[in-house]
Amino acid sequence: MSQATIDLARRELAPPETAPVQAAPGYWKAVGQRLLRDPVTIIVTLVLLGIIFISIGAPLVSSYDPYVGSVLTRLKPIGTAGHWLGTDETGRDLWTRLCYGGRLSLLAGVLPVTISLMIGGFLGVLAGYAGGLIGTLIMRTMDVFYAFPSILLAIAICGLLGNGLSNSVIALSVVFIPPMVRISETVTTQARQLDFVEAARASGTTTMQIIRYHVLANVLGPILVYATSLISVSIILSAGLSFLGLGVTPPQAEWGLMLNSLRQAIYVQPYVAALPGLMIFITSMCFNLMSDGFRSAMDVRLNK
Amino acid sequence: MPDAIPLQPPALRIENLTVRFRRRNLDVAAVNGVSFSLARGETLTILGESGSGKSVSLKALMGLLPNYARTEGQVWLDGRSVLDMPPAELAKLRGGAISMIFQEPMAALDPVYTIGAQIAETIVQHEGIGRGAAMKRALDLLDHVKIPSAARRLKNYPHELSGGMRQRAMIALALACSPSVLLADEPTTALDVTVQIQILLLLRQLQEELGMAIVFVTHDVGAAAEISDRIAVMYAGRFVETATAREIMRTPKHPYTQGLLSSTVHGGLRGRVLETIQGSPPNLAQLPPGCAFAPRCRYAADICTTGEVPVTIAPTGAMVRCVRAVPVPAQEVPA
Amino acid sequence: MSAFTTSDPRDRGGPAQPLLTVEGLRKHFPVRGGLLNRQVATVQAVDDVSFSVRKGETLGIVGESGCGKSTTARLLMRLIEPDAGDVVFDGDPVGDRHGITVNAMRRQMQMVFQDSYSSLNPRMTMAESIAYAPRMHGVSARESLSRAEDLLAQVGLNPRQYARRYPHELSGGQRQRVNIARALALEPRLVILDEAVSALDKSIEAQVLNLLSELKARFNLTYLFISHDLNVVEYVSDRVLVMYLGRVVETGPVESIYARPRHPYTRALFASKPTLDPDRRTTEMPLTGDPPNPINPPSGCRFRTRCSFAQAVCAELVPPLAAPLDGQDDGGAHLVACHVPAAQEAMALHA
Repeated sequence: MSQATIDLARRELAPPETAPVQAAPGYWKAVGQRLLRDPVTIIVTLVLLGIIFISIGAPLVSSYDPYVGSVLTRLKPIGTAGHWLGTDETGRDLWTRLCYGGRLSLLAGVLPVTISLMIGGFLGVLAGYAGGLIGTLIMRTMDVFYAFPSILLAIAICGLLGNGLSNSVIALSVVFIPPMVRISETVTTQARQLDFVEAARASGTTTMQIIRYHVLANVLGPILVYATSLISVSIILSAGLSFLGLGVTPPQAEWGLMLNSLRQAIYVQPYVAALPGLMIFITSMCFNLMSDGFRSAMDVRLNK
Repeated sequence: MPDAIPLQPPALRIENLTVRFRRRNLDVAAVNGVSFSLARGETLTILGESGSGKSVSLKALMGLLPNYARTEGQVWLDGRSVLDMPPAELAKLRGGAISMIFQEPMAALDPVYTIGAQIAETIVQHEGIGRGAAMKRALDLLDHVKIPSAARRLKNYPHELSGGMRQRAMIALALACSPSVLLADEPTTALDVTVQIQILLLLRQLQEELGMAIVFVTHDVGAAAEISDRIAVMYAGRFVETATAREIMRTPKHPYTQGLLSSTVHGGLRGRVLETIQGSPPNLAQLPPGCAFAPRCRYAADICTTGEVPVTIAPTGAMVRCVRAVPVPAQEVPA
Repeated sequence: MSAFTTSDPRDRGGPAQPLLTVEGLRKHFPVRGGLLNRQVATVQAVDDVSFSVRKGETLGIVGESGCGKSTTARLLMRLIEPDAGDVVFDGDPVGDRHGITVNAMRRQMQMVFQDSYSSLNPRMTMAESIAYAPRMHGVSARESLSRAEDLLAQVGLNPRQYARRYPHELSGGQRQRVNIARALALEPRLVILDEAVSALDKSIEAQVLNLLSELKARFNLTYLFISHDLNVVEYVSDRVLVMYLGRVVETGPVESIYARPRHPYTRALFASKPTLDPDRRTTEMPLTGDPPNPINPPSGCRFRTRCSFAQAVCAELVPPLAAPLDGQDDGGAHLVACHVPAAQEAMALHA
């Protein structure tokens, strides 16, 4: 018992050579583990998956044609036999319309963000890492777009290009590029100033290698988180464009457009008329909460 | 730790201060039974490395800890018990009878108000005098901490001052309501050497003039030797040795204090291998039984890990928490 | 300590040739502002700095914040481009047609930074971080990783335990050991230690200093040791360079500088050191105020605004780095930039 206890305690500080290999989980694995421990993120992700499922599998979960209505079944309330969420102003089943509408709405939410993520992210990382004249050129050009309120810019572009889903996607992409550039530029500038990037430069590695190994890995997280939060904005804006008649055209099903056409029925069937709005609200909120969850899960220093 | 019996209540007396941090899967005693008392005009330095609990102790005294921290023990300020005061009264005490200066004055000063406005605001809040009179007092304070052309500096914002000036401005702010106890949390650590010595001298001089007690927290043995009357060496949440600055610097008793001094580099050690303390500070969540320093201690014996370490108090009031200091030589271990 | 021991195949000029010679290094940062982002002022971060580092020695650079010591390190590594100045590495002008490229120099010259956390990529394990530079220089993944584990052992960290850990799982001292291992991965000859031990606790600092002197002997290294800590610089250095506001004010062998400082600033700097003796405390301030702003520094001698010996000439002429006016120059090794013989004399007596 003599020296043994001390030796034991000492071993706590400096484990001997035979200690088993201490495997720390990989970064993304650790992020995954933290996400799994966060109930809010799990719930909102499940809700989103559900919404995506009913949108893609719309023919499976609904039994009506989204474009064919009947004068006989106009504006039925929620809970009507055969139409459990009621019907719209031309007698089309609302549940069916909401399912099909999710396709376009989600597309209008995700597609502009993806496009702007690719273009804006590239420009931002370039501006942030290169700095100097290139950086100034890119950032000042973006400032020009900032001069217009985003919704006005989207309306102007849509007005110019004409209505239709693809034009509203283009308009929203243009609207989202400047903030995406700005965010990517900021995080890249920060990452570039970190000592480990300097250390990598000091070890004589090329710029492209540094961007690939050090900058992107540390920049992608925050940019993706921001992009996720933009999806909800995109859904709302594209719904707004459709509501104004600038986006998707009738009779196509899209939540914003449905909200617009049901507007006239608000005194007849207020609950039914509110349903597309509710879908927009739930979806965008889920995307927002999910991006919050990702943000905290990706913070290395909050580990454990 | 009994001091010479004071005629008036000590400026600050702390009995068995314990701070635990409790969260979901964490229970850490950052401060574990710290006791001391401090007379007016006296400076106690708490010397320790990062994670020793020195800053947490100070924050506990100011009631500045996050809400998952549990503070126990007794704190008397000018004879009044602090920890069971209602929050409103405690808030009045802060910045009044007890105030604090920090390592980073930029973080402690509000960037959107001028130095003068901040000092005056504190005086108005605590003493309820008019703003004009408070501004005058602020000017006096800036003069007192030897800020040149004080009248002009009064109208400066924190970012317009240099590091040393900012630290002086923060000291002026802390002294605004003539505290009886000043808590200093590494106030010289972020400063250049030539500025650091100026601030140390200033604190010594202000103390002589105003007679407040100072609790000075630092990891820097040099700063501690310059400013302290007494030094308390802290390790893993406990005071392991308390004595006058002279005793600590000349005849350190605790192996940790000895190690800390021998690993403090100076020119006289040129060409020699430094005597270091092996290993690194323990994880506070998994403290070894007995003496927390035992795993790093070169004198460690069996007895060190088997029970509570006895505290020895010399007639001079010096305290050591080490079995080797117990005057019964039975367990003496060959060095 | 300074003896050049074993022969290195990369050694070109022999022990007498300095490993690094710096001549007239200058960096002025523009300060932009105003409506059109015009240059409104200049920070003279490093101004006409010249020195050389001998093979196998440790040159300490000491000075307060804003003196340009860290900028000098970054200029040497070419992390920032100098405005002017020549750098010669073992006889080869760097970045010159007849010399070696910046990248070739970087393989022989590495740097350890102050902040042990931010100088490691948080998403890379320790072994990956150390193996990174050799990987980029074409060493195979397996070999660079096994070399990384070997280096971990060399800096006193058990590879089985630490190779696969991430930066946030290590203590500051352990991370700094990893940074040292990372700097050694390219087998450099010169290592720049930029405040490398300044952020560590004292007991850990001593451990790392011991490690550095072990590694120096084992790998035949030359150190450029940059620090604001006068005690540490005195302990590790063979020669010392004292900087003030972007210029060298005094240089010489460590014993000579610390025992007989000639420049009023050097003397004030040393006098500001805490005494470590409660009975002989500092009683008067060696200097008042903070170092002035390196934006628009004083003309002539930059220290003159805080110097009690300043004369008219100090405002007009930049004092050249020259042998002390008392003639005792330690065989030409001790140089000081001060116009005033009285100042130098008083300083030497004082000390």
